[in-house]
Amino acid sequence: MSTLQEQIKQVIDTEPVAVFIKGTPEAPACGNSMRALQALWQAGAPIAAIDVLPDPRIRQELTALSEWPTIPQVFVKGELIGGADITEELFASGELKTKIDEALGADHAQTVRTVELALGE
Amino acid sequence: MAANAIHVLLEQAFPGGEVAVEDRTGGGDHFQVTVSSERFNGLSLIQQHKLVNAALAAPLADGTIHELRIRTKGTA
Repeated sequence: MSTLQEQIKQVIDTEPVAVFIKGTPEAPACGNSMRALQALWQAGAPIAAIDVLPDPRIRQELTALSEWPTIPQVFVKGELIGGADITEELFASGELKTKIDEALGADHAQTVRTVELALGE
Repeated sequence: MAANAIHVLLEQAFPGGEVAVEDRTGGGDHFQVTVSSERFNGLSLIQQHKLVNAALAAPLADGTIHELRIRTKGTA
């Protein structure tokens, strides 16, 4: 099995829009995670959500990769665009939708799913 | 951590800039910071926020800041 860091990197690299949150899209455990999810949903993104709460190592490994200290973290096509504040600000200015449409093509799907990481030892 | 301490860290990192710190809950661990600085000129939002995160790296890392909301502006 690949290491946790390899799995995180793979999710970031392969999911068009990956968002690391506290909780799940159905039950966000933090207001900021909810803010990021709402902005992405309103921008029509295909959202792949990863819960960082099941294991503190997820957040440690993620922050080591992204050099971003807080949760949530939003990635579009492998690139960190920011946390809840930036995601909301980019949505309000219309840039978020433009960025997603440019990255994925205007006819991309709007979906929400949860990606589970395999937590070994 | 008092809002004052965060204010000082941000003023050190952004000399001559405008800094505002609000303790959102009164509990000393949820903060809204607003910084306007020439250091942000020409930078993307994510680069701007990274500078703020770097200035507050210590209290973010040791958990004294539980939640941080950031708003940044250049001066150009």
